[in-house]
Amino acid sequence: MKKFLSLGLIRGLIWQAIGTAVGMGFISLIRVLLGMDVWAVEPAAVFGALVGAFSFLGGVGILTDWFRWAQGKETTDELDDSHLGWARYFGPSLDHKVIGIQYLIFSLFLMLVGGSFALIFRTELAEAQMQFLSPDLYNTIMSLHGMIMIVSILLGVAAFMNYLVPLLIGAKDMAFPRLNSFSFWIAVPAGIILLSSLLTGGFDTGWTGYPPLSARAPLGMQMFFLGVSLAGYSSILGGLNLIVTVMRYRANGMTAFRMPIFVWSAMATSLITLTATQLIGLSFQMVMLQRLFGLGFFDPIKGGNPILFQHLFWFYSHPAVYVFVLPGLGIISELLPVFVRKPLFGYRWVAMSSLGIALVGFLVWAHHMFTSGMQEYLRVPFMYSTMLVAVPTGVKFFSWVATVWRGKITFAVPMYFLLVGIVVFLLGGLTGPPSAVVSSDLHLQDTYYIVGHFHETMFGGYIFPFFAAIFYWFPKMTGRRLSEKLGKIQFWLMGPSFIIMSLLMMRIGLLGMRRRIADYDPTMGFQPYHFTMTVMGFITGLGVLVFLYNLVTSWKNGELATDNIWNSRSPEWQVPSPMPVHNYDRDLEVVGEPYDYGLAGSHYVAFKGGK
Amino acid sequence: MKHFAIVAPLVLISTWLVHTGLTAIGLLPVEASLQAVSIDAQIQIQLWLISFLFSLIVVTLFYGLVVFRRRPGETGDGAHIEGSTRLEIAWTLIPLITVLVLAYLGAQSLRDIRRVDPSAMEVDVTAGQWYWSFAYPDSGVTSDTLYLPINRQVLLRMNSKDVIHSFWVPQFRVKQDLVPGQTTELRVTPTLAGEYPLLCTELCGTSHAYMVAKVKVVSDAEFAGWISQQTTAVVDPVVQGRQLSQQYCAACHSVDGSQKVGPTWLGLAGSNVPLADGSSVLADEAYLKNSILNPNLNIVAGYSPNVMPSFSGTLDDAKVSALVAYIQSLGK
Repeated sequence: MKKFLSLGLIRGLIWQAIGTAVGMGFISLIRVLLGMDVWAVEPAAVFGALVGAFSFLGGVGILTDWFRWAQGKETTDELDDSHLGWARYFGPSLDHKVIGIQYLIFSLFLMLVGGSFALIFRTELAEAQMQFLSPDLYNTIMSLHGMIMIVSILLGVAAFMNYLVPLLIGAKDMAFPRLNSFSFWIAVPAGIILLSSLLTGGFDTGWTGYPPLSARAPLGMQMFFLGVSLAGYSSILGGLNLIVTVMRYRANGMTAFRMPIFVWSAMATSLITLTATQLIGLSFQMVMLQRLFGLGFFDPIKGGNPILFQHLFWFYSHPAVYVFVLPGLGIISELLPVFVRKPLFGYRWVAMSSLGIALVGFLVWAHHMFTSGMQEYLRVPFMYSTMLVAVPTGVKFFSWVATVWRGKITFAVPMYFLLVGIVVFLLGGLTGPPSAVVSSDLHLQDTYYIVGHFHETMFGGYIFPFFAAIFYWFPKMTGRRLSEKLGKIQFWLMGPSFIIMSLLMMRIGLLGMRRRIADYDPTMGFQPYHFTMTVMGFITGLGVLVFLYNLVTSWKNGELATDNIWNSRSPEWQVPSPMPVHNYDRDLEVVGEPYDYGLAGSHYVAFKGGK
Repeated sequence: MKHFAIVAPLVLISTWLVHTGLTAIGLLPVEASLQAVSIDAQIQIQLWLISFLFSLIVVTLFYGLVVFRRRPGETGDGAHIEGSTRLEIAWTLIPLITVLVLAYLGAQSLRDIRRVDPSAMEVDVTAGQWYWSFAYPDSGVTSDTLYLPINRQVLLRMNSKDVIHSFWVPQFRVKQDLVPGQTTELRVTPTLAGEYPLLCTELCGTSHAYMVAKVKVVSDAEFAGWISQQTTAVVDPVVQGRQLSQQYCAACHSVDGSQKVGPTWLGLAGSNVPLADGSSVLADEAYLKNSILNPNLNIVAGYSPNVMPSFSGTLDDAKVSALVAYIQSLGK
């Protein structure tokens, strides 16, 4: 019990509860002093949640070192918490590998929650008419599915960037270990606040939170806005940290075009999170203020403009899609040469294509608004800019195919997931242009076609590469490997079922199925499609359960794998697994190209000196 | 070169198969407007491109996976090929030109869709939670069904009373949001007589899924007949109330005793209604009127406040009275 209570996470949760109560009490105190009614739910809840979030950080101990610095006291950088065993994952740590795994665990937890929500409302949709959900509960769960999955993906992306980038560039840690720890831990109370919207009346706006609907939704809306705004700090600070790390802490000899390709995609991703995340925070906070203080940003009666919100929102939320997929595409480019046993075709072009996607991604946001009622002529330039995204994306596909060509291809579970990732992302990519062209988008906007297209980009660009990466780097994290057999079962459960589901989504969308509806007209003939999609959804979910079983059993009893089991050239595989606490105990120098498979006698890195 | 000679025909065959398959299953609803013709032409072009690119990548990829797989007993690596600047430039420039052409064609199509017919008939569309209402300024008629004469362009001038809604008739293809505080416009030229659903495609709260209206495309003569019938008919308040209720109320209130978002109207008038605060109230005319104009005043036990919007700006006295008359006709 004492050990349990000493866990950082538990301390944080207790402090968060206390902080929330104090914050709520503070608002009531002010109201009493001003002679108003004591109790006002919304301001009290919002302020309480805000104070609770920072109390959580205090409780975990994330802020301690910074307070000590402010007082002029010494702190230690040599925080070796490996003696703590599993408990180190539940408390503050300065080790990027521990933080990476913390991100990973929390991301998987949220993925389970968000995925369960999807299965709940998919079950409701299996038949026309409402069966067991009310329309309001349906809307809440559907909306939360969206945002929880987005936060889960952001955390999963952060997991791999944190765990891998210092290893790949030969650094001891991230540039700012305390900021790194802060970035992770702020996401925990943010996630709790986001989930609390389920218990505070829910909300019915979808993850986009468009006003005026969000300005009149129940209290849960505020918890949603606040949770997302706080999670935004995680993204912004994580991006900053990563950019500095890559700029300043690369091994000797690692010039820009000798960096592992994943590092390029992590840089492109971080440039987006560092500079765009503010806009979604801003747009959400403006609605929060509109609700709390009656400021009329988006209220037409007060001279506000609802469409302004959409511009601010999509200025982040479109590039955010590239935050979700660029790391996944980077993983495909990183791992494909290892399994194909051949250099990555056109390394520089692939590297530049990530930056190209990130850059063009900033110029396309209004393609989400072709039917919104914004200035009509704006639709044409945004159509052209959106179409440009296809060019660097195409470069990636062609380069992958050319990498495979004349290789000596080996098949292991990571390769399976890479391949299904490529095919599914291709489906997602090819179904994009019809919705980028204004005139065809007038038919497609806000239909199930878009739902199918979007889920294909997410599964192809994130989910499948993410599983490939876990299977690939799990031995580096634990010294054991995941079961190949269970991995293949998971692949055959998830791959085909997802592809069928997404194709059916697009099919009924083209025929007239709207997105975000709790119920549909049985006379439109969609019922068999919906039923099939629900079954496929559950099979996909079953695949995830198989994965979890694999994860837990292999962590304890998996086959030992301390060597370079994939025969990779990458520096992290040149030292035994699991990775030592301080990464590389000898200086590491880059002496060759990262992906020169097939070139006899060549090496990527060399280690200098003895221990 | 041998491999390319095999892959190239395979890609072409696959392209044809994918395109034929997709076309054969019928991807789109019936084409019922001039604008739909232009949009479907775009989708046809895109379909060829999708079929080709899908085949090009997938067939080449899987051909490579099979032919270049490591066979049992082999240990070596693949060929050491780092890249080809010529190829990279080719597969940057060709897609670039392709997408620019696609966007150009899309812009042309947008121009066609928006082409103004000066003799277009105007209809004022109003949307609110959760109803559609159509006013014909030429004749003063208001309706819950959008009647449109065939082969004549209609200019829809659209407003929202509360939150953002969106106008979509799948058979017309075109879509436009209705934004509170501004008037948005949409032009449609129906070309096929029939009845189609008008669907709200922007999530607008609890009963969004049920925010549906009918669109009837009819001949000029039928349209003229409908207008004159609407302008001359002396309406029984109960009949008028039923029409209004289908437009404004039926998404949430049933008239057969079944449960929807709000309480049913069957047997409501004259009954004693239990309220959320524990008291109860007689459902007389004053109560019913109040419930339409100030829904948060008396919350029925088991229901939440703030779900039903007030109709005080939407329905005038005569309409409220007609609705009450209709509810009373369903009462005890």
